[in-house]
Amino acid sequence: MGICLPNPGEAHINGVIVPEEKAYEEAAKQFLMAKVPTLFPGPLVLWAWNEKAAKKATAIRHLYNTLKECVQPGQTPMLIPMPDYRPKYPKINPEVEINPNHPNLTIWHNKIDCCMFIGVHCHQANLSLKIIRGGTSCYTIAMCAQAGHEDAMLSFRDASVEKIMKLADAVKRLKGSVKPRLTSAKHGA
Amino acid sequence: MSKERIKISEDLYDIMPSDYQDLVKSATYGKEDRGWKDIGNSKELIEQHSLCAGCPESMAFRYILASLPNPEDTVMVGSTGCTSLVFPMVAVHNIHSLFGNQNAIATGLKRALSVRFPGRTKDVVVLAGDGATVDIGLDMTLQAWFRQEKFTTICFDNELYANTGGQESGLMQKGFVAKMAPVGKLFDKVRLPEIARESGCHYVIQCTVSKPSLIEKVVRNAVMIAREIGPTYLQLYTPCILEIGKNSMEGLQEMRDSEKPTERFAYREYISEPAKQLLAEVSAKDKEKKAAAKQLASQGA
Repeated sequence: MGICLPNPGEAHINGVIVPEEKAYEEAAKQFLMAKVPTLFPGPLVLWAWNEKAAKKATAIRHLYNTLKECVQPGQTPMLIPMPDYRPKYPKINPEVEINPNHPNLTIWHNKIDCCMFIGVHCHQANLSLKIIRGGTSCYTIAMCAQAGHEDAMLSFRDASVEKIMKLADAVKRLKGSVKPRLTSAKHGA
Repeated sequence: MSKERIKISEDLYDIMPSDYQDLVKSATYGKEDRGWKDIGNSKELIEQHSLCAGCPESMAFRYILASLPNPEDTVMVGSTGCTSLVFPMVAVHNIHSLFGNQNAIATGLKRALSVRFPGRTKDVVVLAGDGATVDIGLDMTLQAWFRQEKFTTICFDNELYANTGGQESGLMQKGFVAKMAPVGKLFDKVRLPEIARESGCHYVIQCTVSKPSLIEKVVRNAVMIAREIGPTYLQLYTPCILEIGKNSMEGLQEMRDSEKPTERFAYREYISEPAKQLLAEVSAKDKEKKAAAKQLASQGA
């Protein structure tokens, strides 16, 4: 019962296991449809722990730049960091960061309607994804370095530099073929 | 962990909030002679705090964090209380334990760190209020000292349960009437410094946090001795200005008044013989270093 996580080479879309290739198309489509498609890089890529992390950061920047090139006027891609998991009080600045303990604030403030988590430790990603799912209508994508996330609407597994680049290629490929949503939905999605 | 590992990925540097950029650029990780004088000149390891305006505990936090000799390889263990509101703002590894369990958690942590990193110096510092240290966690506090666990215990003594509205604590002075203790304390303040000495602590200090240079000295000594010899204990008076009816600006004066020679927070110290020897060695090395630096400077000039 519940959602099965994908096996290597697969992904899930709304809980249905699909070949990874299909997930790239769907994720790219969701990004290109969104008014504010947003990437949320987490501490595993924001901090240059090792060479691999730094390379992933470069790939994420490439994906963001690709999104900016491929969207249409009126769409505003964003790149907002989750530098750590501290519950910051009295509040975070939702314009410049996202916090796993109240990610909905950043989603609402920036009217984000499609987001992708990458480089966030699984338990914190699960917490954030649940809160976003419960409190907003933002489409959630997880580029997970482990086995994937059942709380995301679309989840990849075994994230790598190649997979991020593949997603950027898919966005490029679909450029101009996807009609963007004209308005943001309730609660910024 | 070392400062070399605290680096932001180049391609995402521009999106990092400025407080993280500042931590990498101008925090004092890895600086050997770090101390309270860095406050104001470099990025502090405490961002902002959610304590009351003028709270002496916030001063204590700033001085302690500025004085830790090895912050990049230190883990602090906290407990329930006002201190637990501050730890999320602190750029030093920290663990929040269940109320009173802090010394038990620190014991396991210190032992695990020595197994996991045998060649590295890893310091563990417990920081908790008087409720956690003396009332609810007294068992864990004492047992850690009996076992000669090698970490420092710091107690922020505000003489009551401030966070929950002013209930009586073991460290409250006799006769004090608090908001939620209307009868007044019926017995004496628990003499934890004496108990610490008898329980095997090698360095025991009782003082207020009115003098940053003193806090720097005692924190450094306590951590060094705990690292090499055994348990150390600091009891720092951090009055709760709200619960004793003072204004925001009066915390410092309250501490100065309470540290006079006849008052209950007059400076007191106990240093065991092995600890005295260690401090003498450290001091001799420091002198040598300073002399060498001076000589180098004069040669350069």
